[in-house]
Amino acid sequence: MNGPDSERAWPMYRALVGVGMACGLLIAIVFAGTRPAIEQNRAEALERAVFAVLPGAERRVTLILTADGRVTPDVEAPGERFDAAFDADGNLIGAAIEASGMGYADTITLLYGYSPASETITGFRVLASRETPGLGDKIEKDPAFLANFEALDVSLDETGMSLRNAIETVKPRAKSEPWQIDGITGATISSDAVGEILTRSTARWVPLIVENRDEIAARGRDEAR
Amino acid sequence: MKPVETTSPTDEFVKGLWRENPVFVQVLGMCPVLAVSNTAINALAMGLATTFVMCMSNTLVAVLRHAIPRQVRIATYILIIATFVTVVDYTIEAISLDLHRALGAFISLIVVNCLILGRAEAFASRHGAGIAMLDGLGMGAGFTLALVCLGGVRELLGSGSLFGVAVLPAGFEPWIVMILPGGGFFTLAAWLLLINYLKQRRQADAEPVREALQ
Amino acid sequence: MNEQSLWSIFVNAALVNNFVLAYFLGICPFLGVSAKIGTATRMGGAVMFVMLVSSVCAYGIHHLLIAIGAPFLELIAFIAVIASAVQLVEMFIKKMSPALFRALGIFLPLITTNCAILGLALFQTNKGYGFGQAIVYAFGAGAGFTLALILMAGIREKLEFADTPQVVRGTAIALIVAGILSLSFMGFAGLGA
Repeated sequence: MNGPDSERAWPMYRALVGVGMACGLLIAIVFAGTRPAIEQNRAEALERAVFAVLPGAERRVTLILTADGRVTPDVEAPGERFDAAFDADGNLIGAAIEASGMGYADTITLLYGYSPASETITGFRVLASRETPGLGDKIEKDPAFLANFEALDVSLDETGMSLRNAIETVKPRAKSEPWQIDGITGATISSDAVGEILTRSTARWVPLIVENRDEIAARGRDEAR
Repeated sequence: MKPVETTSPTDEFVKGLWRENPVFVQVLGMCPVLAVSNTAINALAMGLATTFVMCMSNTLVAVLRHAIPRQVRIATYILIIATFVTVVDYTIEAISLDLHRALGAFISLIVVNCLILGRAEAFASRHGAGIAMLDGLGMGAGFTLALVCLGGVRELLGSGSLFGVAVLPAGFEPWIVMILPGGGFFTLAAWLLLINYLKQRRQADAEPVREALQ
Repeated sequence: MNEQSLWSIFVNAALVNNFVLAYFLGICPFLGVSAKIGTATRMGGAVMFVMLVSSVCAYGIHHLLIAIGAPFLELIAFIAVIASAVQLVEMFIKKMSPALFRALGIFLPLITTNCAILGLALFQTNKGYGFGQAIVYAFGAGAGFTLALILMAGIREKLEFADTPQVVRGTAIALIVAGILSLSFMGFAGLGA
């Protein structure tokens, strides 16, 4: 009984397993071959974004914030990634942090720079969004809107645990305080979403960055040496 | 539908461009056509990636056609196609991260483009490697042509540029609808209308001749 | 990892970023099987079911491949598992409910090459959804697909009686209707925020 059956099954195994092995091997070779170029592309893109949100930065180190609130340069450690940026001499310029949240059409992911010296946000870049072209995507292009983020106040209160003033998105041209953001006409939800994402992210990150400031700054001196 | 054994290799190539154009005539592989045709560059890159996958998988399927038993042929074809798609995916990411980001998951989705599996099953499994490769190239070229036709129109009207270069005067107010999903449907509908119209006119021209012959 | 609420995920997958009308996934069945409301409903049901199954599978595969350090096999694994899952589901339904099998019949094999299924697996991985989120996402995507299919079928049934010019009949008019549907679905944007 088994004979003819297994005889008929053999070519099928041969074809499937043979093709499968060959395909797996080919993919593994291509994966290994393209890896360095891909890693380099990603690093360059990240560097460009980090330097754009932190004016004056010339060096960058990726750090990990662990679950118990410590900072470590060991990128394999479990935790959340962020980038610290330094000037040519290794002095701390600030931290670049990724944040995301719901926009008008889909999740918006952005990178913003925080400067502990001036206690402000120094710029942001949209990394991924599907906002409506021509309206919602003004959050990436509108110069008046982007100007809001050149020095957006996120200073901490006396406890050092929370922001003195939460970031607020107001009507277009109604900005009167350094912690307010002028919204965009025709892109209310998208501009509100940016404010919302930053509010949530800074509330958690800023106290942690300030607390670990010396540790982060030490990495820059290591780099410069 | 299939023509009786075409003879010349050039014909195998040319048929994909017009007579059996995968998009305009066979209406296959619609998902990537609509999704990544918002600019001409994305459309071109997508077309080339698909052409490469189709060409390679057609060739390999034709080479292996006697070694693959009928029962497992579809599974093997999908395996082969998925491999080349993964290869293309990594290659594009290594060449340009921005392009990879613009095309997004649609590179991976080339796997389920019914056009590629269709060519492997209907053509490559019955022909020699050389002819199958030409068929893949031709169909791919036809697919790319259709994508660029769509992408060109959408980019021109939707952002006033072509291949990223502004061509329309600055006073032109872009038709934003063209780069929105709806615009993809409308543009493809417009192209199909044009082709239907041309076909009908040719048939109408041929009608009196046929009557005269009878 | 991703803290999006379940309600927001559902609304986004079903309405705001409808798989058919915003992401252009599953256009082939959308144009092919949307002539009658009855078939459209059954097709939608079959797709939703396969989506749920493959969403669970994709979640498992993704974490397994990460664990063994071979993320580059993800695409092959996804498509292989989806194809086998469809096959298994087909055999299972045939055995358990011949009536349902007759109703779904030809649609099941078609689903293997439906890009909406593979798209779902890829998107949920990219977005880093957890297990519960992934299931809700699959459910929303399936519901959105079914909704789009039924709407389209309803319009096309009426269109049969309309006096359309010869030149637009067939795919062209279906695409124009789909475009208008897609534009009207944009009105849902902002709901999931």
